Amino acid sequence: MKPVLLELTNVSKSYGRGAPALSGINIAARQGEFISIIGPSGAGKSTLLRCINRIIESAQGQIRFDQVMMGSLSRRELRKARTKIGMIFQHYNLVDRLSALENVLHGRLGYKNVLAGALGLYSQEEKRKAYELLCSLGLQEHVHKRCDQLSGGQKQRVGIARALIQEPKLLLCDEPIASLDPGSSKVIMDHLRSISSRLGITVLVNLHQVDVALKYSDRIIGVNRGQIVFNGAPSLLTHDAIHHIYGSEAGELMMELGGKNAV
Amino acid sequence: MQVPSDDLPIGMKTERIPKKPLSMPTLVIQLTLLALGAITLYSLYVLDTGDVGLDEGLRTMLANFQLMFTEAHFKHFTWSEALYAVGVTIGLALLTTVIGAALALLLGLLAARNLTNGTVSYLIKSGVAFIRAVPTVLWVLIFAVSAGLGSVAAVLGMAFHSVGYLIKAYSESFEEMDEGVIEALRGSGANWWQIVFQAVLPSSMSYLVSWTFVRFEINFAAAIAMGAAAGAGGIGFDMFMAGNYYLDLREVGTITYFILAFAIGLEMFATRWKARIN
Amino acid sequence: MRYDFLTRKRLMTLGSLLAIMLITWGAALLTRFDAGQGLSAIPAALSWGIENFYPDEKAWRRLPGIMDKLLDTVLLAVASTTVAAMAALVCAVGGSRTMRLNRWFGLISRGMASIFRNIDIAAWAIILLFSFGQSALTGYFALLFASFGFLTRAFMEAIDEMSSSAVEALRATGAGYITIVCRCVIPSCAPQLVSWMLFMMETNIRSATLIGILTGTGIGFAFDVYYKGMNYHAASLVVIVIAAAILLIEAGSNVIRSMILRG
Repeated sequence: MKPVLLELTNVSKSYGRGAPALSGINIAARQGEFISIIGPSGAGKSTLLRCINRIIESAQGQIRFDQVMMGSLSRRELRKARTKIGMIFQHYNLVDRLSALENVLHGRLGYKNVLAGALGLYSQEEKRKAYELLCSLGLQEHVHKRCDQLSGGQKQRVGIARALIQEPKLLLCDEPIASLDPGSSKVIMDHLRSISSRLGITVLVNLHQVDVALKYSDRIIGVNRGQIVFNGAPSLLTHDAIHHIYGSEAGELMMELGGKNAV
Repeated sequence: MQVPSDDLPIGMKTERIPKKPLSMPTLVIQLTLLALGAITLYSLYVLDTGDVGLDEGLRTMLANFQLMFTEAHFKHFTWSEALYAVGVTIGLALLTTVIGAALALLLGLLAARNLTNGTVSYLIKSGVAFIRAVPTVLWVLIFAVSAGLGSVAAVLGMAFHSVGYLIKAYSESFEEMDEGVIEALRGSGANWWQIVFQAVLPSSMSYLVSWTFVRFEINFAAAIAMGAAAGAGGIGFDMFMAGNYYLDLREVGTITYFILAFAIGLEMFATRWKARIN
Repeated sequence: MRYDFLTRKRLMTLGSLLAIMLITWGAALLTRFDAGQGLSAIPAALSWGIENFYPDEKAWRRLPGIMDKLLDTVLLAVASTTVAAMAALVCAVGGSRTMRLNRWFGLISRGMASIFRNIDIAAWAIILLFSFGQSALTGYFALLFASFGFLTRAFMEAIDEMSSSAVEALRATGAGYITIVCRCVIPSCAPQLVSWMLFMMETNIRSATLIGILTGTGIGFAFDVYYKGMNYHAASLVVIVIAAAILLIEAGSNVIRSMILRG
């Protein structure tokens, strides 16, 4: 069994009065695991992901990543921890005016001191690796193109390259295919799966398409109203389990599954 | 560093990175900033600092600020006179804006490319560019020769820029209208005026009101300036008197507080109103 | 039912028009604006203009001196804008929602910008006359303070609009504050920032005329001297020179804008 890389214990988060965004979250992710997090909109999936690298500060609970307690880190130590965590976003979050290569190199900025970072001084090795990453993701023709000239699928691959150049141990993906057509979605999900299988990187993906989750994941976590209501292998995801996760929306989802679990 | 290199075609690993092509927008930005920087350095070098040097002036300035804002008082005016003066200034701004908006409404319609032919639009827009190239204060002073220094010259002079500004704002709002609506109405046989009143005006109304209010805020500031520089009356004129005639710094401070209060008040009202419309 | 609805709408429109007319009439009373005099002033000004307001031969000989003053004014406008822009950038970054250090800095930054911006430029000139006297410094600092207030807010809006998503991504890679500002915030909104700077410069050249009248320097002073001396021919030449300069500079900055803002 691979070692546990990420452990969340009793993590909670509230935004003011009203129902909490997250409550009592317990997750353990092993090295190289591919975990999909599914649930209806507003269930807390994005908040959950962002609590892990502390873009959002959790109110309670502990997060242990790579033998380090995230909550107790100083600002500098936090930045160092973040270099080991890559993140990709639904809206790609690239600097549109800059080229694909420049955006990928941004992934190395966490390793640099203030001067080198501010001036954007990258080594030849870094530039070569950025280029190779883009090539391996099929973007060789677009290396110097401005990112606002790329399609959604291409932009997301630039985002993946930016995360990979960090040499991360963990990859957080916040709805990476929500804005993409089915063709580009498959390309992205294939790349993410290959990253976890071949590079041994733990991948956590937020998805709202249950069929995609079933197809690619080692494990599925279902979240509803800030709580985990399912945590297990895809084969264990029954009708009832889906209904539990999605509540009344479950009816429409049945069609997406294409009768996969039809009894 | 790990890369899924199994995906790379053979031989690609050793290829050099292609050269980065020159990017036009970035180049222009860098050149522009360089040029502006050079002009700035030259300008500061040849700047004539006058009788009072830079150091002494800065020190005096800080001391003056402290005096002005902590020991503000009224000597030559009273509270009610000051409030009346602000009222006059608001009145000037209001008149200018109303006159400007009325004229700009008609001319803006004529200047919108989707409502008239190209020549008329071009002529109006060029005329606007010329009008706006002459600073407002000069327009006011030009009118003041025949109308005397007062509210008439100020309003007429300020109206020129208001009309120009609003023509540009209105015509752009009209041009952003959905082409389909105009086409549909034309197809059903409506004449120009009917299209304007039934379709164009109602759909752009919120933009028009919003821009008009923006211009009103600008005119408020302009009215203060005209009061100071062109004898138009109002709080600007009071400030000019306090500063250049009575030489009373503390009074200038009080008047500044007044101006700030009203200007910020206008700004907050505008923000809230815009939020409500949107 | 529908008949009532349309009538109500028409009544409301009529009502607002009446309200506007009432307010306008009140304003006219308050400002002692004589509409009759106003209407007659236009043809009067027109006829006066045709007879007197053009440059004659004597006026043309004054052209070199006028150009000198114009140059002084333009240089002043440029210099005040660039220095204001540098200060505004620092305050805008520190005060923006994306990159602010904490909430207080944001509030203070916005508040300062509001104060500097809402004190009209003529007021600044009168205030600063006490410190610097009738010199170019008064005009310089008046333009500087007013521009600083305006540009801080303009920059803040550009920063929040253009860069917030990419900043989140870079934070997740572990990059530090200054690195993010230099490599992400500024590249994202550079075209907007430069565009606002050019706009401010155009505005300042117009304001500089006004300030020249109040502070006795530059092209405004030249106009004032001829105007008060009733030398309308020379005054008209000044107006023509100013208008030409502004049109030229506007054309130039529009060209620059079209080159940097495309796509």
